[in-house]
Amino acid sequence: MQKTVSLTVNGKPATATVEGRTLLVQLLREHLGLTGTHVGCDTSQCGACVVHVNGEAIKSCTLLAVQAEGANVLTIEGVANGDELHPMQEAFRNNHALQCGFCTPGMVMSALDLVKNNPKPTEREIREYLEGNLCRCTGYHNIVLAIAEGAAVMRGETPAPAHGVAAE
Amino acid sequence: MTTIGTPIRRREDYRFLTGQGTYTDDINRPGQLYAYILRSPHANARINRLDTGAAAKAPGVVAVFTGKDMAADEIGGLPCGWLINSKDGSPMKEPPHPVLAVERVRHVGDPVAVVIADSLGQARDAAENIVVDYVVEPAVVDPAAALKPGAPQVWPEAPGNVCYDWHLGDAAAVDAAMGKAARIVKLDLTNNRLVPNAMEPRAAIGEFDRATGEHTLYTTSQNPHVIRLLMGAFVLHLPESRLRVVAPDVGGGFGSKIYHYAEEAIVTWAAGKLKRPVKWTADRSESFMSDAHGRDHVTHVELGLDKDAKFTALKVSTIANMGAYLSTFATCIPTYLYGTLLAGTYTTPAIYVETKAVFTHTVPVDAYRGAGRPEATYLLERIVDLAADELGMDPAELRRRNFIPANAFPYQTPVALQYDSGDYQTTLELATKAAGYEGFEARRQEAARRGKLRGIGLATYIEACGIAPSAVVGSLGARAGLFEAAAVRMHPTGSVTVLTGSHSHGQGHETTFAQLVSDRLGIPIEQIQIVHGDTAKIPYGMGTYGSRSLAVGGSAIVKAMDKIVAKGKKIAAHLLEASEADIEFKDGTFSVAGTDRAKTLAEVALTAYVPHNFPHDELEPGLDETAFYDPKNFTFPSGAHIAEVEIDPDTGRLEIVNFTASDDFGRIINPMIVAGQVHGGLAQGIGQAVLEGCVFDKETGQLLTGSYNDYAMPRADDLPEFHLSTHVTLCTHNPLGVKGCGEAGAIGAPAAIANAVVDALKPLGIRHVEMPLTPERLWRTIQQHQPRAAAE
Repeated sequence: MQKTVSLTVNGKPATATVEGRTLLVQLLREHLGLTGTHVGCDTSQCGACVVHVNGEAIKSCTLLAVQAEGANVLTIEGVANGDELHPMQEAFRNNHALQCGFCTPGMVMSALDLVKNNPKPTEREIREYLEGNLCRCTGYHNIVLAIAEGAAVMRGETPAPAHGVAAE
Repeated sequence: MTTIGTPIRRREDYRFLTGQGTYTDDINRPGQLYAYILRSPHANARINRLDTGAAAKAPGVVAVFTGKDMAADEIGGLPCGWLINSKDGSPMKEPPHPVLAVERVRHVGDPVAVVIADSLGQARDAAENIVVDYVVEPAVVDPAAALKPGAPQVWPEAPGNVCYDWHLGDAAAVDAAMGKAARIVKLDLTNNRLVPNAMEPRAAIGEFDRATGEHTLYTTSQNPHVIRLLMGAFVLHLPESRLRVVAPDVGGGFGSKIYHYAEEAIVTWAAGKLKRPVKWTADRSESFMSDAHGRDHVTHVELGLDKDAKFTALKVSTIANMGAYLSTFATCIPTYLYGTLLAGTYTTPAIYVETKAVFTHTVPVDAYRGAGRPEATYLLERIVDLAADELGMDPAELRRRNFIPANAFPYQTPVALQYDSGDYQTTLELATKAAGYEGFEARRQEAARRGKLRGIGLATYIEACGIAPSAVVGSLGARAGLFEAAAVRMHPTGSVTVLTGSHSHGQGHETTFAQLVSDRLGIPIEQIQIVHGDTAKIPYGMGTYGSRSLAVGGSAIVKAMDKIVAKGKKIAAHLLEASEADIEFKDGTFSVAGTDRAKTLAEVALTAYVPHNFPHDELEPGLDETAFYDPKNFTFPSGAHIAEVEIDPDTGRLEIVNFTASDDFGRIINPMIVAGQVHGGLAQGIGQAVLEGCVFDKETGQLLTGSYNDYAMPRADDLPEFHLSTHVTLCTHNPLGVKGCGEAGAIGAPAAIANAVVDALKPLGIRHVEMPLTPERLWRTIQQHQPRAAAE
């Protein structure tokens, strides 16, 4: 059975005709061409598909597309301000918090959700919050540093540069 | 100004951070169809009947194919790339590996049929209508059990389930040395089977262009040229000139995306038959049962020591699980990437290793991060620790006493390798200092007062990377060369495109290679484009695995740049009316020695492409050079890793309190990227040690750890902060002095963690615990030893 869903994605209205079983992540990737949101598992464990729905981080493989009718969805494609990276994206880059990049969109979306609810998370809190986001490349070490830095910048602080990173 | 040794931020990050990466599943081709692969639910069964009639008539279905359809098109089997000979000189047993199973399935997940439809949902629904009448037979999954008399047989052509019975080293010398040994330490241990679990599931899109007759395969591969060669030559019988393989952004590999997989051949073949693009993407459950797994060894080891605690002999006997079929490089892992590493960092003069590779009704096993070297390191570093314990000696001191000294290089080991450089004392010293090794006993006592068992464990390692001299591996059975290719293409206005046969799936080549080129050619990084992953663009490539990208691929780029500079000197000499011998090249400028007369590389490039004033008698126009680099030897990264753990005896819960790694990777181009590689390797090594283990049901052969609900992937709160340091001894035989860093963490960490855990449990009389060291296993082990501890 086909159904038409209308929602707002990254601030723009979007409409798609989907099957009843279509997941939100499939709507985003296959109907709207927003392939930044990834699918890394089939048991809602990996977190590669995390997006924000009405301001809350959710795994977009856990929601049917039809359930997102009227929702306001933010995906990784909508996080930067034009060409300018969001401070959290910038912090991921500064801290080498991504390697293959596949888990990265979900990590950034989760990190933003964490900081929204806890503007000054401790290392332990960051690690515990990331329970639902798997990364196989980084060992999480640099992701934890990045989220701490991103949170600091979002609080208006100026953290010390990571890794002694040089301006290129 | 050079950026070598500088942690510049990665150039690839912007696209990944903004959702603009292009992974295979992000690609959609016009008119694309979707493939769903029906897989065996049984580990060992005869296919009595396979009826696809109803599925073929289901809505949206375009075609249903089985192994018989492929056989009718004379499609070949998936090839194995390395021939191993047994002790008696006979070649390994090499049974067929059909793309789709015919007549019999041999592991859970073995592909049986493919449904191709307008949508994935339709293909999946239709597959429900395929009728397969399986006659289920007993299965064997455990490698040691597979060798027992009466075990279910996987292949009639491999009696006793033996693929090969290989050996290396001097058995007589080992026996003689053991006979004279003051002490012989023995241990049986298992190296647990792992599932690589790159976060991007494998995917493949086949496409056929009627106009040109060209087939294109987009695939999640670490080595697109290797896939083109294997699939074109052995499976689909297509000339390479009409087969293009593209590996776009790839979301992690760790070895699992080296191999040529059935699905690549299926979509390429089906796209040609149906004249429409065909896409397949694994869901994670499929990944668990179709990606090649890693490790899975059962080993008995004996170490002989003399009265001064010097190692005199090492004897190793291993059973290695191949799974049901031979994956592309499966056979070389428990042999030439394992047995050859058993000298480790030590001067052990006599070593003998024998490996029986066995077939079982399980998913094929192949290289996974480290590939053979973690297995060698684990057994070696466990037996050394056990020896230290039996001798009542500090494990660090026992290692120091047996290290190959820094002045002994090049060092010929008794197991074929010649190490070119290293300094094991220094990396160990760096690690012990950083870990506070000397002050550990106070921390153990402090923990004991809190009721916790605290232990410290160290592991040193050597790895053979930068694989490998083609002639050497060829003599050992490799059916491929292992060089690398690169092209450096100067453009008329001074920018440069570098085409590399290495492939990046997280390693950051677009940054590191650009740093290398910027340094040598004096061109700003923004003017340098690194291109990889497309056989239509890149001259050739053997790809990325075995920590070879910089050591082999980078060296090929250096060779191509040398050619650019050599030709540029001739052009500059002509322009400057000077002798070529007087031209110097530095910081992007050709100058006449001792004068201020100079031409920039950009000016020389422009002259090469607008050759009005050009030495036409001597040179061709253009400035575009290709080079192939075949390494002279392996590279030998080494290091020392130290883990400190605390165990709660009431629950078995283990906490990694501290992890220190000190590594020698040779010259480092981007320390930030190198640290990231170590972090990731450590996470996988720690995963093997404390969390991960792939389990098949011993009776039915069912995969019990087939999802992230059942297979424990390391999560952020399972892992500690890592403390890293490096010490540099240069590789002596490649132009960069680099050794490779991708696998080190996965090699050193399991042994370090296991040694720390056994150290913590030593007061209970425990001498070994198998990985993964889960709370349940630790709790049970502690319970079994409690009464004895109490009695003492």
